[in-house]
Amino acid sequence: MSNRSGWSDAKLGIGIVAAMAALVLVVALGLAIGTRALPLADVVDALRSHDHSDAAIIVWDQRLPRTLLGALVGAALGVGGAMAQGITRNPLADPALLGVSAGAALAIVVGSLAFGITALAPQIVVATVGAAAAGAVILALTGFGHGGVPPVTLALVGLSLSALIVAVVSILVLLDAQTLDEYRYWLVGALSGRGTPTLTTVAPVLILGLAAAVTAVRGLDALALGDDVARGLGVRVTRARIAAGLAVILLTATAVAAAGPIAFVGLVVPHAARAITGPRHGWLLPYSALLGATLLVAADVVGRVVARPGEVQVGVVTALVGAPMVLLMLRRTARAGAAL
Amino acid sequence: MTVVRSRAVRQRDGEAATLARSGPAVVLRWRGAGVLVHPRTWAVGAVLAAVVAALCIVALAVGTQWLPLDDVARGLVGEAERATNLTVRRFRLPRVVVAVLVGAALGLAGALVQAVTRNPIAAPDVIGVTAGASFGAVLVLLAFGGTTFGAGGAAAELSRVGLPLGAVAGAFVAAAIVLGLGAGKGPSFATQRVVLVGIVCHAAFIGLVHWGLTRGDVDQATRAAAWLVGSLHGRGWEHVTGLAVALALLLPVALVLGRSLSALSLGEPSAATLGVRVRRTQLGVFLVAFALTGAAVAAAGPVGFIALLAPQIARRLVRAPGMPLVASALTGAAVLLAADVLARLAVPGVELPAGAVTALVGAPYLLWLVVRSEGQR
Repeated sequence: MSNRSGWSDAKLGIGIVAAMAALVLVVALGLAIGTRALPLADVVDALRSHDHSDAAIIVWDQRLPRTLLGALVGAALGVGGAMAQGITRNPLADPALLGVSAGAALAIVVGSLAFGITALAPQIVVATVGAAAAGAVILALTGFGHGGVPPVTLALVGLSLSALIVAVVSILVLLDAQTLDEYRYWLVGALSGRGTPTLTTVAPVLILGLAAAVTAVRGLDALALGDDVARGLGVRVTRARIAAGLAVILLTATAVAAAGPIAFVGLVVPHAARAITGPRHGWLLPYSALLGATLLVAADVVGRVVARPGEVQVGVVTALVGAPMVLLMLRRTARAGAAL
Repeated sequence: MTVVRSRAVRQRDGEAATLARSGPAVVLRWRGAGVLVHPRTWAVGAVLAAVVAALCIVALAVGTQWLPLDDVARGLVGEAERATNLTVRRFRLPRVVVAVLVGAALGLAGALVQAVTRNPIAAPDVIGVTAGASFGAVLVLLAFGGTTFGAGGAAAELSRVGLPLGAVAGAFVAAAIVLGLGAGKGPSFATQRVVLVGIVCHAAFIGLVHWGLTRGDVDQATRAAAWLVGSLHGRGWEHVTGLAVALALLLPVALVLGRSLSALSLGEPSAATLGVRVRRTQLGVFLVAFALTGAAVAAAGPVGFIALLAPQIARRLVRAPGMPLVASALTGAAVLLAADVLARLAVPGVELPAGAVTALVGAPYLLWLVVRSEGQR
């Protein structure tokens, strides 16, 4: 959306530190705020002592894993969105909008119904297969990103693919009330009730995916110049796309398995990041990771505050916050006369 | 590059052939007034109407209990056995009428949206209105559909009456948001922006629908999830009335707008020189399409892909320039009827929701359309 070259490298370096500080701040809020508010001093005490006091149990067993999981999932969604946009050279390419998340969701439901897979680790494997299948279908349909598919076409195809997958999932879960009952709490996208086991299962996979993203930076920068120029620079275009695509699929599928299909983070965060960094992926990906993590943890905190003593799931908050942000960006680009 | 060029040439030849095959247009003159008539359009319309009629008869005859045709005929006029009369007139007939009306409304709405956005894969399903209507309906189900109130009590009655109202209200809110934010300023609508804003609103409303599903108890969630697939199961005459009124009011408006719409297909500046009020026409087309969608969703739930596919099928049948509105409506009716019959027969003993069939059949067709147009580019 934005063609501005962004800030200078020195400014970007300071910006990264500021973004980290913002992340630390929202994580601290995530530890302090909840059904029972804890003063920050108590949180620090609980983190230090790790004893059997109420505060320590709340912080260590509930809020810390949940908040860290939120940060990791947010980073994965932000980076996944930025990379998907780079691969397809398409500003609307958000894995959630394109049906990749729906593919992962379908695989998880089928796995649970047909093969009784309910543990998280095999679910991640199953979700990755589903996300890869959906991603491959989308890429094949839209000419592997070098056909110059208009953004709206890509989004419409993605939504239609999602609609198909959602219809299949609905039929499956409607056959069994118990599956539906579990499915609906996961479908909305939530971090509630995710404990330490979830975090320790998911964290290595997400960190692996983020590391794979780092190796894809050069290829993505070359792809941004167009396929012909990229080839001239000695980049193997198809291989770069596939490598980056695999990282996107791993990040998306793991995030979906851990927290459900959360929309809008993968769409909003890369655009916000790109407005700061410009098109270079070496800066864009770290900024997307930090902003995504901050956004998701902040959304989770907001969801816990607005509906006390209950909570609003993080997926609802990101939809309600994300949609106006996307619309605002559309407005700004329209004013600048830029064709999306 | 050579491959691409030869594809372009082939496409040009294909278009020329289509025009040649579309047959001559005839000008009917009467006292100085003239109308351009495409005989093929009328012929296709007649055939489609016959197909719809035939499918209606099939839909009346098949089901858990198969009825011979003469029983169907006698049941319709109320002169068969009591049980047959009941099956045909009380259960199957309203369902068939709802299918025809919903299919026609969706087909027409899709044709209007595709014509005004000049985008063959745009449809009200994915630009926010259907999702808004779904959210409205789910809210009503949550508010009044609670089993705690006792089934068959006042609450159940309220949810039965309120559900279509909630859907229509949700559709209006979504339409207001999409058109308000997408319209922009200037002599014409930025229709591309309407689609973009619609996609974003669709995603946001789907998020809200999912939130709604987590709020109620498991019975409410099941009912809402079943409704969200889109089905004709158990639809009665009370669903027919609102829909019939909506179609009776909106179809003539759509046909009047259709004339300006074909001028718009030449491009907005050309249409303006021809005396078309571009912005007003575009707004009217969107409003009519969204109202039709809201009425259809209120009656049958968000049945997917009909609005997307019916106009494309109709366009290929009619082969005239512009978007055939009546043929799209008839095609929509035929597709939904066929889908409902298939949904009742596909798995013996189980009735699938019609929306599941339209999605399973419609999505691959849409994807094939996209692949083909990619190949032609």
